[in-house]
Amino acid sequence: MAAVAVERPPIDEKIRTLKLSGHVGFDSLPDQLVAKSTQNGFTFNILCIGETGMGKSTLMDTLFNTSFESNPAPHTLPAVKLKSHTYELQESNVRLKLTIVDTVGYGDQINKGDSFTAIVDYIDKQFDDYLQEELKIKRSLSAYHDSRIHACLYFICPTGHGLKSIDLVCMKKLDSKVNVIPVIAKADTISKSELTKFKQRIIQEIKANGIQIYQFPTDDDTMAKVNTEMNNQIPFAVVGSTDFVRVGNKMLRARQYPWGTVQVENESHCDFTKLREMLIRTNMEDMREVTHQRHYELYRKKILETMGFSDVGQDNQPVSFQQTFEQKRVEHREELQRKEDEMRQTFVLRVKEKETELKEVEKELYTKYDTLKREHAEEKKRYEDLKKRLDEEKAEFQKRKHQVATQQLTSHTLTLGKTKKK
Amino acid sequence: MRTYHQSTRRDLNCLKSDMVIKGRSGLGKSTFVNTLFKATVARRKSGEEEPLPSTTEVKTVSSSLSEGGVRLNLTITDTPGFGDHINNENCWEPIVSYIEAQYGRYLQEEQKVDRLLHIPDTRIHCCVYFIPPTGHSLSSLDVEVLQRLDKIVNVVPVVAKADTLTLEERAAFKERIRADLSDHAIKVYPLQEYEDLDDAPENMKIRERLPFAVVGSTTWHEIHGKKLLGRRSNWGLVEVENKSHNDFAYMRDMLIRTHMQDLIGSTAERHYENFRRARLSTKTTSKVNIVNGQDTDHMEDLNESKI
Repeated sequence: MAAVAVERPPIDEKIRTLKLSGHVGFDSLPDQLVAKSTQNGFTFNILCIGETGMGKSTLMDTLFNTSFESNPAPHTLPAVKLKSHTYELQESNVRLKLTIVDTVGYGDQINKGDSFTAIVDYIDKQFDDYLQEELKIKRSLSAYHDSRIHACLYFICPTGHGLKSIDLVCMKKLDSKVNVIPVIAKADTISKSELTKFKQRIIQEIKANGIQIYQFPTDDDTMAKVNTEMNNQIPFAVVGSTDFVRVGNKMLRARQYPWGTVQVENESHCDFTKLREMLIRTNMEDMREVTHQRHYELYRKKILETMGFSDVGQDNQPVSFQQTFEQKRVEHREELQRKEDEMRQTFVLRVKEKETELKEVEKELYTKYDTLKREHAEEKKRYEDLKKRLDEEKAEFQKRKHQVATQQLTSHTLTLGKTKKK
Repeated sequence: MRTYHQSTRRDLNCLKSDMVIKGRSGLGKSTFVNTLFKATVARRKSGEEEPLPSTTEVKTVSSSLSEGGVRLNLTITDTPGFGDHINNENCWEPIVSYIEAQYGRYLQEEQKVDRLLHIPDTRIHCCVYFIPPTGHSLSSLDVEVLQRLDKIVNVVPVVAKADTLTLEERAAFKERIRADLSDHAIKVYPLQEYEDLDDAPENMKIRERLPFAVVGSTTWHEIHGKKLLGRRSNWGLVEVENKSHNDFAYMRDMLIRTHMQDLIGSTAERHYENFRRARLSTKTTSKVNIVNGQDTDHMEDLNESKI
């Protein structure tokens, strides 16, 4: 009988590089990949953080060249809330599921200490949802709508001086969770010279505080030069506009002032085109990758470690996720069992107490009832005696009455006889 | 365009394709693989008579091929000794456990707390099953093995050494094999139930040709000034790449030029997920949450334990 010994396959550790003697055809693999990805569609999620009135919604409209329906938010909200909208866009045959998350009420409160908690919680929740899906037994990762934030645009107020403290605090909290890209909003309020100084100040402050903003990837040869150049231009000074103005013989997006027109797509007017180039046309995929590989993995590691999972067990033996999970499950069950027993015991005690109480009350009631009964019996007897006596008296009275009546009659006849004799 | 570039640089630099080649010895598996990838991927011990292994072994060979800027890390797994013994009971066991071990390895790495970003993918993407050209039908061993394999890996059945059959014999043989496959409910790749509507007509054409009748050769011959791969004999030359001679070109197109990505994707999405689900369910069968009556979400359970 053929033995069923499983021999560990001797894998060739040295992978040999072979030369092909003809055309095989696997150079069509990128095409296959592209076709597959295009079929599935892409997802991209942007988070816009900035104070009310910074021009976040306008910039989104300008970036994606559509008008997303959004009402301007009031300034009176008591806490920072996040609003997310999902849109399906299509360009040639590529479908994009775009989710834009807006912070509403950011920077409007008197005490801004809690501004970023809502944002951090939201980002963590998206990671958590993905982690839950990944840990499920019956999961479908390819069909899952990935809602993790891929890019965070932080809108800086164009004061011209530097970053506000809330900006620093918020960016510091977010830099390890999401790709932070700072942009200077409403850049048409600053002049060119002020702008360069402002940018320098911002970069200085960011570096001084150790904030790690998203750097465009420079390891890819084709894009390295462009990306390094762009990295030096961060933060981008942007202007957004939903109005079209006729310039020359074309309709361009622009903001019209009495003293001139700021064209959004003009490189010398603002950095909008650079932002669009970097965000959408070049590095969208890289941002998704970084989110998945760096930020999400960090989150996952942290969560699993807080739950007590680790790759190494007590004896420094590698412990698999399953084993730790089993252990925890057993412990949990025992805990539950213990609690159940405890509760049962207290329940039994309580029941006993209540029983004794009730018994006593019952006894009391019985005694009361007895006394009452006795009293009633006595009263009844008394009244019966009275009644008997009354009856006797009545009978006596009747007798006497009868006697008197008969006596009178006889005496009457007697008197009659008497008168006749005279 | 960008995705194209990026995928060329990054993802495909570590693109791995694993194939298992199964069949009895002497069916021309190694020659076939060498013909397919036009390189000596599988090493044949030509000349030496290797002592037949007493158990079904599983041997892997890894090579790195490069074409047009695309680098492919190919791993071919061979199963010498399969089906060669007198008593072939359970000869598929080493193979099935090897395939599942690869899935298990991937699962373990995926579940680690501190896991690698690019988990080394040694999962088998495609299993090429060589059927001997008897001309009759599938043998009982073939049926047994295929029934077990089609659930865990993409199986592509191939009729080896097809030049021993004439075209009519070939067509009849294929008919009988297809009937056998459907009788025993063996699902070969491309799977009908999972395909998209766009691929359906293409896949129908492929299915009509299954199993592929192939001839492999690594010797070049010169005919009318053209260099051709083929097998020469006294009565003629069987050309490998000639579509009227055999199905090699169709198979090569399907395997490499059109369906390679799908093979890799479907292994990851379907077979691996099935394995993962089965593996995780068996470990937690006794702990199904009775309140909900469904499989417990891992995270839910973990969160509960924090109460």
